Amino acid sequence: MTERLPARGLLDRRGALKTLGLGAGALAASTAMPGFIQAQSSAPIRIGFQVHRTGIGASYGRWYDRTSQAAVKRINDAGGINGRMVELVPEDDGTDPKRGAEVVEKFATQSKCDVAFGTLFSHVVIGSAPRAGELKLPYFVVSEGHHVASGMLNRYTLQPGITDVKSQVQAMAPFVSQNLGKKVCMIFPDFAFGHDHRDYFSKAFEAQGGTINAKIAIPPTETSFTKYFPQIPRDTEVIYHVMTGPAVLTFVKELGEFFGPSRPELFGFIDSLEAVDMSSPGLEFLEGSYMWEGNPRYAQADQTEYDKAYREAVGVDDNGASVSDGKDVSTYAHMFGCWETLNIIKAGMEASGYQGPDDRAALIEAVEAMTDMPEGMDHPQGAKRFNGKTHQVFGHQYISKVEGGRMNRVHTTSIEDTLYEDEVDYTTQSF
Amino acid sequence: MGRGLVLHLCTIALLAAAFFVLPAYHSGNLARIMVLAIYAMGYNLAFGYTGLLSLGHALFFAAGMYGLSLAMTHLAIPALPALGLALVAAGVVAGITGALALRTRGVAFMIVTLMFAQAGYLTALYFSEWTRGEEGFVIPQAMRNIAGIDLSGETGRYFAALFLFAVVLLLIGALVRAPFGRTLIAIRENEARATMLGYDVQRLKWIALVVSGMISGLAGAAYALLFGYAGASFAAVPYSIFPLLYVLLGGAGTTLGPLIGAVFMFYLIDLSSGLTDAYMLVAGVVLVALTLFLPQGILGTLRKRGLPWLP
Amino acid sequence: MDFGPHLMLAMLEGAVAAAILALTAMGLSVVFGVMRVVNVAHGEFYMLGAVIAWFVATTLGTHPALGFVAALVIAPALVGALAAAADKLILQRIDYDPERTIVATIGLLYIIQQGTLMTFGPDARPVEPPFNSRIALPWYEWVDGKLSFYYPWGLSITSYKLFVIAAAAAILVALWLFMTRTRAGLIMRATQQDSQMAQAFGIPVSRVYALVFGLGAALAAMGAVLVVPIQQAHYLMGADPLLLSFIVVIIGGLGSLPGTVIAAILIGMSDGVISVFFSPTLAKILATLAVAMVLVFRPQGILGKKAH
Repeated sequence: MTERLPARGLLDRRGALKTLGLGAGALAASTAMPGFIQAQSSAPIRIGFQVHRTGIGASYGRWYDRTSQAAVKRINDAGGINGRMVELVPEDDGTDPKRGAEVVEKFATQSKCDVAFGTLFSHVVIGSAPRAGELKLPYFVVSEGHHVASGMLNRYTLQPGITDVKSQVQAMAPFVSQNLGKKVCMIFPDFAFGHDHRDYFSKAFEAQGGTINAKIAIPPTETSFTKYFPQIPRDTEVIYHVMTGPAVLTFVKELGEFFGPSRPELFGFIDSLEAVDMSSPGLEFLEGSYMWEGNPRYAQADQTEYDKAYREAVGVDDNGASVSDGKDVSTYAHMFGCWETLNIIKAGMEASGYQGPDDRAALIEAVEAMTDMPEGMDHPQGAKRFNGKTHQVFGHQYISKVEGGRMNRVHTTSIEDTLYEDEVDYTTQSF
Repeated sequence: MGRGLVLHLCTIALLAAAFFVLPAYHSGNLARIMVLAIYAMGYNLAFGYTGLLSLGHALFFAAGMYGLSLAMTHLAIPALPALGLALVAAGVVAGITGALALRTRGVAFMIVTLMFAQAGYLTALYFSEWTRGEEGFVIPQAMRNIAGIDLSGETGRYFAALFLFAVVLLLIGALVRAPFGRTLIAIRENEARATMLGYDVQRLKWIALVVSGMISGLAGAAYALLFGYAGASFAAVPYSIFPLLYVLLGGAGTTLGPLIGAVFMFYLIDLSSGLTDAYMLVAGVVLVALTLFLPQGILGTLRKRGLPWLP
Repeated sequence: MDFGPHLMLAMLEGAVAAAILALTAMGLSVVFGVMRVVNVAHGEFYMLGAVIAWFVATTLGTHPALGFVAALVIAPALVGALAAAADKLILQRIDYDPERTIVATIGLLYIIQQGTLMTFGPDARPVEPPFNSRIALPWYEWVDGKLSFYYPWGLSITSYKLFVIAAAAAILVALWLFMTRTRAGLIMRATQQDSQMAQAFGIPVSRVYALVFGLGAALAAMGAVLVVPIQQAHYLMGADPLLLSFIVVIIGGLGSLPGTVIAAILIGMSDGVISVFFSPTLAKILATLAVAMVLVFRPQGILGKKAH
């Protein structure tokens, strides 16, 4: 029942309808997209966009949506892909893996999308990817999870627009050990995302000659944190924190109240503070601390022309907030991945001469063949290097210091810092 | 052959025919709905027939899901024996939970089951080394077949779901007609009287809960097997609420109510998510409207108004 | 940190948690005590309280203390009115049937939660505390056989957290006076004892029920207004307090008000203290199971009377 040939499938079903004589005709006709065949050459390329509109990921979803709409507008303004316009088909996944899988099915079989694209939260990606593979629908994710490169997913799932957590974390180790301190206490949420940080960072950091003197796991449902802080050893030089979710402001605030005037160095991941205003009460404690940023939220002094144009296209001001509402802060460190992924879909479709669903395998092969991607309007976050075997991209990471309530970039890692050994070769899997 | 059995067989035949008639999207949905309906049928046995309002069935669903998927991915056990393990896992969890929770009744029973399920959810997160916690994991596609039938293909998946659905439907249909089922209903209607009549009410309730848990676990295992994913979100509170919702909507204590409820709810969410971001709002409105205007659910109301033979 | 100060800190944090929990759970307990229904939407009333507090504080935009005081009045009033309306429109019509009430309040839960998502949005929003200064706390040690005090690293609390404890206690005392010393409280207690008899004596039971349901929700909202300068307003924040309130109300004995306070202190404190000794997630699992066991083996709770 896979839809290699939508036209044929349509006729079959019509035939079946007649012979069985059941009255489901209206339903079938309304969902089978009449006129699909004739219009194919000029019809828009449809990109199913799985987006977190509701659920815990909704803040990310809002900005993933804006960024993707802006990227599609730019592509269309420049003539579309292979002479065809691009149309985003957004559908809420509820930040839920079951609904995510349903949405991917809808893209493949109902809304007749050419490819699927989207979402951030790892459980939605992992829940959806098997269905994408089975329905042979290319599925481009912007999730930063290590699930793609770990080999857990399949040949139809790619992550070409954003680096994964393993890259990000291990690339931080040299900077932390050379600039902040050798004794690190890690505080992380006690579930898979936090465990990835714990495992990848401690391995990379110990390779740098540092020691992890405590690993403090915070239960996922926790809303107050002070009671955990006494476990921080006295000789701690750096606290590494990666809390996520709505309670993160509480976390920072209570950390500040715990330490008072004297604190160790702090190193954190901006994941926790995406879509959060740095001037929120309680965050003043982060002054002077360091943050990983996938892409610097505040326009830097040496801002590239690409970043400037990208900001303008998406509608983000120099402080990383919406141009129409300064309190509406973006998820700047991640959402560039949507922009870049859509440009890669375009490049892949152009390289493979993509015409329709029959060319999906060719599209994937074209993307797998990609390697170095130069910084530019298609890749405003910076240059990238794609690994076709693991379906994962590698790129520069940024470290910023919080100064005067804004974040200033103090370090840029090399792409080499983010590389690790291949764990899978998807190109050996058949289509 | 009674009218009830004829209705069940017709339903199964109709579902089989639907695969060839419906567009791919809807037949794909129906495969998933049948799995959810199995879950709701399991829930219905406890809630609809025995009167046990549990808020913790996600624990049994997850026990089945993890029973199968951990065995397949970590122990490389093939799908069919893994399915057996899933049933055992769900049965054991339901047996222990039931033995404890059934010492309580009413509101306390609801809360105890809710808390056991919450503990189960946290346990799935805690052992992330194996479960990958909330992220979950993929069951390798190559392993997802039984007797040469590829369960990851559309046809294999649909008919596997239908097969399991049919088995459970016929089982429940037979069960509720048997003396055992009638006694359960008697317990639901008046527990004191059932005790007085000499029934071992505690034991019967426990058996009902274990069977209910195993059917729920079967649904969890089927989801993992057919859709290739297992994760802790299936152990969380909403998945304890969903079967309650389906059963109430379709009609508690009716054999086909769970299916009707699952179909109705699935499409309500699917269609309303195109209209509004907050599609769970629709679920809320439906729940309130149901309690106000249709307390017996769809089939329960039909049964009351002219179709008294409805199973 | 040394064991002593660590335990002290955990207990202080536990006391703050217990204070909020006592208010929230008290709301649930009052409703159950008088009306004998379980309100699953209780956590959403709590969430609404926090969200309204944010609206009030940002709309006023004046000194945080003024916004906070305004929120402390407006949020419970609005939430209480909403709950009373829900009681009139929904619960009275289904005649407080226990199971249908649960289903209806689950529906209400989704309606409130998703309605908040549509208006307030998905972000966590902070409210500034009216005052907040860090207070370092001393600890004692024996030096050469003499008692001396010092300030250990990290042992501190904030003035606002102390205020939360005091405010919660004051509200609870006020509630107790209301229930025992006023006519309205007397009517409530009469309705709790025997609603049919109360009806016979001319008490407008349906109005009492609406009032009680509103009062229960207002208490949850008050707890939320107090907590929102420590945590943040977020549309999914109602789930945790709901579960904890359930636990407290049951351990305390359904409908027993003193039992609820004692259980809130017990649960709030133990949540803090257990984390000193165990891996926290494991501790949460064990604590959840332990509470379930209390329910199984002593379903009437600690202070509740045996059901007849």
